[in-house]
Amino acid sequence: MSINPELAGRSYPAQDPYVVGREKIREFAAAVKATHRAHYDVAAAAELGHADLLAPPTFAIIVAQRADAQLINDPSSGIDFSRVVHADQRFTHHRPIIAGDELLAELHVDTVRAMGGGAMISTRAEITTTSGDKVATTISSILVRGEDQ
Amino acid sequence: MIEYATLEKGMDIGSTTIHVNRADLVRYAGASGDFNPIHWNERFATEVGLPGVIAHGMFTMGAAVQLVSNWAGNPGAVIDYQTRFTKPVPVADPAGSNPSEHEGTAVEISGAIGALDADARTARVDLTVTFEGTKVLVKAQALVQF
Repeated sequence: MSINPELAGRSYPAQDPYVVGREKIREFAAAVKATHRAHYDVAAAAELGHADLLAPPTFAIIVAQRADAQLINDPSSGIDFSRVVHADQRFTHHRPIIAGDELLAELHVDTVRAMGGGAMISTRAEITTTSGDKVATTISSILVRGEDQ
Repeated sequence: MIEYATLEKGMDIGSTTIHVNRADLVRYAGASGDFNPIHWNERFATEVGLPGVIAHGMFTMGAAVQLVSNWAGNPGAVIDYQTRFTKPVPVADPAGSNPSEHEGTAVEISGAIGALDADARTARVDLTVTFEGTKVLVKAQALVQF
């Protein structure tokens, strides 16, 4: 199965909100070996002006990859997940993510480029709160290796 | 507390070493929801042509930025962070070792100021992230708001 060239320009609407929990922030921070107290201690976060625990700078990947899964699991995309390699990633934060946030992610397929027998696919997740405030924009490229790569 | 006015392009922000073992990868898989078996199953990883289990690119990216978070004093000041993933970070599972206690693979991280924008009061930190002397992240850049 090959990559559907008409994926570019497609978008997937936000699904159910992702509710950012304190324990998830602590768990994720520990998993990336982050030591800053603002990820673990509400008082330390408050000292920096954050209303609750502060998520690490790459925490939005959880929300972005859930959005990406809509594309990868879409049978019409032609993407074989076992052949996917993460090529690049970018996070632009319009404001920090903190515990208690309820986040929505709308996914856009920006570009699809044929590469050998495979394809490089760039997606963008626009992450907002349920009340519509912009929180983060994440951009990700995945390389889907062809059969001979 | 860093005084923005004292920063100069090329200034080092420091360096650190992060160790990653198989237990760390299982922990990152669970925390992030990325359960791709190339990050925890040796048989699967080798069957798809990898030398063995490799770290999640997002583990390395997430761990490397701590140098910037701690330098800035506020992880919330990192308003933009990007990288390309160019080389995998293999994580060995030596015979006789306990995967939770083994020292694991050492990833070296250092950072320097690559650009300053005085009007926006931002500093771009360029990270160098290597395994055995080879860069595993390329164009790893974090923008810090002062």
